[in-house]
Amino acid sequence: MNARTIRKAFYKSIPVMAGYIVLGTGFGILMRNAGYGVLWTAAMSLFMFAGSMQFVGVGLITGGASVLTTAITTFMVNARHLFYSISMIEKYKDAGPYKPYMIFALTDETYSLLCDGTTPEGVDPDLYRFLVSLFNHSYWVAGSIIGSLLGAVLPFPTTGIEFSMTALFVAAFTEQWLTTKDHVPVLTGLICTLLCLIVFGRERFLIPAMLLITLVLTVLRRREEGRL
Amino acid sequence: MMHSAVLIATMSIVTILTRFLPFVVFRKETPGYISYLGRVLPPAIIAMLVVYCLKDITPAAYPFGIPELIAVVCVAAVQVWKRNSLISILSGTVIYMVLIQMVF
Repeated sequence: MNARTIRKAFYKSIPVMAGYIVLGTGFGILMRNAGYGVLWTAAMSLFMFAGSMQFVGVGLITGGASVLTTAITTFMVNARHLFYSISMIEKYKDAGPYKPYMIFALTDETYSLLCDGTTPEGVDPDLYRFLVSLFNHSYWVAGSIIGSLLGAVLPFPTTGIEFSMTALFVAAFTEQWLTTKDHVPVLTGLICTLLCLIVFGRERFLIPAMLLITLVLTVLRRREEGRL
Repeated sequence: MMHSAVLIATMSIVTILTRFLPFVVFRKETPGYISYLGRVLPPAIIAMLVVYCLKDITPAAYPFGIPELIAVVCVAAVQVWKRNSLISILSGTVIYMVLIQMVF
């Protein structure tokens, strides 16, 4: 059963592999150019494991930002993780010893792989989720180290490979659409986010979008209950 | 360098706190409202992440977001056809790379 769980978890994590190794490499190169060696880079990828925040973080450490500014910026950039955690409370409920690590490693990509709550037949669900998180984390750390050590020397033109992350979310979106009858939540997310993108602009629409989505879904629940 | 280490520790701690906070607040029992959110938020957030990834497209200027549009349609179509995210992600990414390296 464990061998099957490992195999299934690895298979599930493959779509994240290319994107994480490439983006991690980009992060390693950025750190190297900023004068930080492989230990700094590996430490950030190991202990933060937050893609976009690490890129922002390079700017903060090279600019010598204050601790308070850094704390606030981190919270603003990572606020979406609150929403990921809220929707995984029930799914991670019985994960026991795996749970702290699974919460620590809940990135956008791991979330998109695990948020539908399903696991393959015949696997230990908690070990499976733990391993998917661990595989993804290892790709990220490996990419960062590659970038830090090898710099810009890559054997083929990788322009556009970062699209694999977009593709990951589009595939999750499509699969979600095919497997559920109730399309109200997904359309709520789509419409609210587009609306906030138009109103707030591409630099600062994410937090308003999350608040609006939560508000609309809350109102919809009231309506749903009123009908029952 | 000492200051850099302090900042990295700060970022790490705040990131961990953000991820753990909801689990700590609702550790005893999950209120009905939170389990409702746990059910409806994932699809909504996936939609949000799709938009977030495509936010830098410029529909009014070359290449008008055409490579992204083609690749997104490809991923969705292959997903409907094969129901296998590995194949759909791989084909969409390869098409996108070919489009922006050789066509656009």
